[in-house]
Amino acid sequence: MLKIEAIIQPFVLDAVMDALKSIGVDGITVVEVRGHGRQKGHKEVYRGREYNVDLLPKVKLETVIAESRKDEVIRALTQAARTGSIGDGKIFISEIAEAIRIRNDERGEAAL
Amino acid sequence: MFHRTAILLLSLCLSVSAQPASGIEAELAALKSAVRSSQSAGDNAWMLISAALVLMMTGPGLALFYCGLVRKKNVLGTMMQSFAMMAVVTLVWAVCGYSLVFARGNPFLGGFDYLFLHGVGAEPNPVYAPTIPHQTFMVYQMMFAIITPALIAGAFAERIRFGAMLLFSMLWMFLVYFPVAHMVWGEGGFLSAYLGGRFPVFDFAGGTVVHITSGFSALITALYLGKREGYPHEKMVPHSLVLSFIGACLLWVGWFGFNAGSALAASPLATSAFVATHFASAAGAVSWMIADKIRNGKASALGAISGAVAGLATVTQGAGFVQPFSAILIGLIAGAVCFLMVSVVKEKFAYDDSLDVFGVHGVGGLAGCTLTGVFATRAVNSALKLANGQAAPLGWIDGNPMQVVNQLIGAFIGISVAVAGTFLALKLTGLVTPLRIGKREESAGMDLTLHGEEGYNFEA
Repeated sequence: MLKIEAIIQPFVLDAVMDALKSIGVDGITVVEVRGHGRQKGHKEVYRGREYNVDLLPKVKLETVIAESRKDEVIRALTQAARTGSIGDGKIFISEIAEAIRIRNDERGEAAL
Repeated sequence: MFHRTAILLLSLCLSVSAQPASGIEAELAALKSAVRSSQSAGDNAWMLISAALVLMMTGPGLALFYCGLVRKKNVLGTMMQSFAMMAVVTLVWAVCGYSLVFARGNPFLGGFDYLFLHGVGAEPNPVYAPTIPHQTFMVYQMMFAIITPALIAGAFAERIRFGAMLLFSMLWMFLVYFPVAHMVWGEGGFLSAYLGGRFPVFDFAGGTVVHITSGFSALITALYLGKREGYPHEKMVPHSLVLSFIGACLLWVGWFGFNAGSALAASPLATSAFVATHFASAAGAVSWMIADKIRNGKASALGAISGAVAGLATVTQGAGFVQPFSAILIGLIAGAVCFLMVSVVKEKFAYDDSLDVFGVHGVGGLAGCTLTGVFATRAVNSALKLANGQAAPLGWIDGNPMQVVNQLIGAFIGISVAVAGTFLALKLTGLVTPLRIGKREESAGMDLTLHGEEGYNFEA
């Protein structure tokens, strides 16, 4: 099993959710986060005083999938989240040791 | 025979005409009193609404405007500063404030006739407002006394202790507000235009009494208390311009009570002041947006609302004296001048007038005081009469350039009392209790350390 962590622009969230749903990815967790990559922040001006805002609002989307679905999920995700400009975000993939459904103790991919 | 008949006829006529004559007189008297009471009813309705509108400017208007401009951790503390004035100043006003401003006294401070509101009831006070109950006048003026110290709080935002703020504000009322308000508006006041002042200053709704005093006092408090920890290198951005937006719009609406209500009657003069107020606010917003666009490349939302408030503060003094297009000009000047103050001059001198009370109210008030001397005209306000009964020329455009000098004298006295009184009030407060919150409290925020609460409680 793999965990997909995608940090994306907040405004592509709906498109990404639709894309994942359409290929049958059911479990998704989303959190609003702040951060920056190489893009760094932007400038804001309040009554003439300039501030550099380094931490930009992003959405972090997490889902755990069967290893066999990796390419398909990544393709759907990147296609939906890509605008082509700086700040589109990143995807991180890691191994998951175990998954357990709390309701009935199902284990492994059956629990996803 | 003829002679006797004539006398008889004459006496008959007299007796016949005498009978209805007393009836007509009684009717006339009844009519007069009906007219008086219906005018009083109309005026009183408008003045009570105006009083409520002016209170709405402090809470929630100013409370929202200010609290949106501070950081999250200080949102409640900032709102409390405005709200506390609504409570505390009310009590002081009832006990002695009203008397010290409006009772007959010396040219610099009122007397004690109205102490504990003695004699302030349903009967009108003919000196100030002959058509409304004295109590209406008292409560209307109270709302002005409430907002003035609440305005100052923007200058020492995010760093003053609550108790110290209360004590300072009360002392400030006695040392600055009561004397200046009496001088400008009180019977026999030194600067009174209508009630026997030495230098007649036209201040329709408190450009000098409210905005110059609060603005210049704000500057003194900002200098005296020093900068916030981390200012200016640390990021201190407004935590919610949405709240500030709502606050600014409430201020705009409330200002109709402030300025148009200052006609003290539901009169054509109130309409004129209403229009001038609205026009100046609009022009202030436009001119700040243009200045913003030129200097920063974008017309910001905070800029637009700041410009509207600057226009309102600036037109306050002349609202009941100037024509609509003078008001537009005043608003345009206000937006540009206040923009320069807060975004250029403040940066140069690097004082931390956190929410720009001086830049907007002090400078706007001073500009408005001066411009009233230029644009005041008898075409709008003919209350001031010459010896021959004709309306006196008011401002420069009316052919009375000396009025600009009178206005500047008024501003100078207002500023002097504000600076000296504020300094003294700060010193006295400092003897009783420390003014600033500690460094650790400041970084934790006023909400938690001063009030034991949080404005935004995400666990709830």
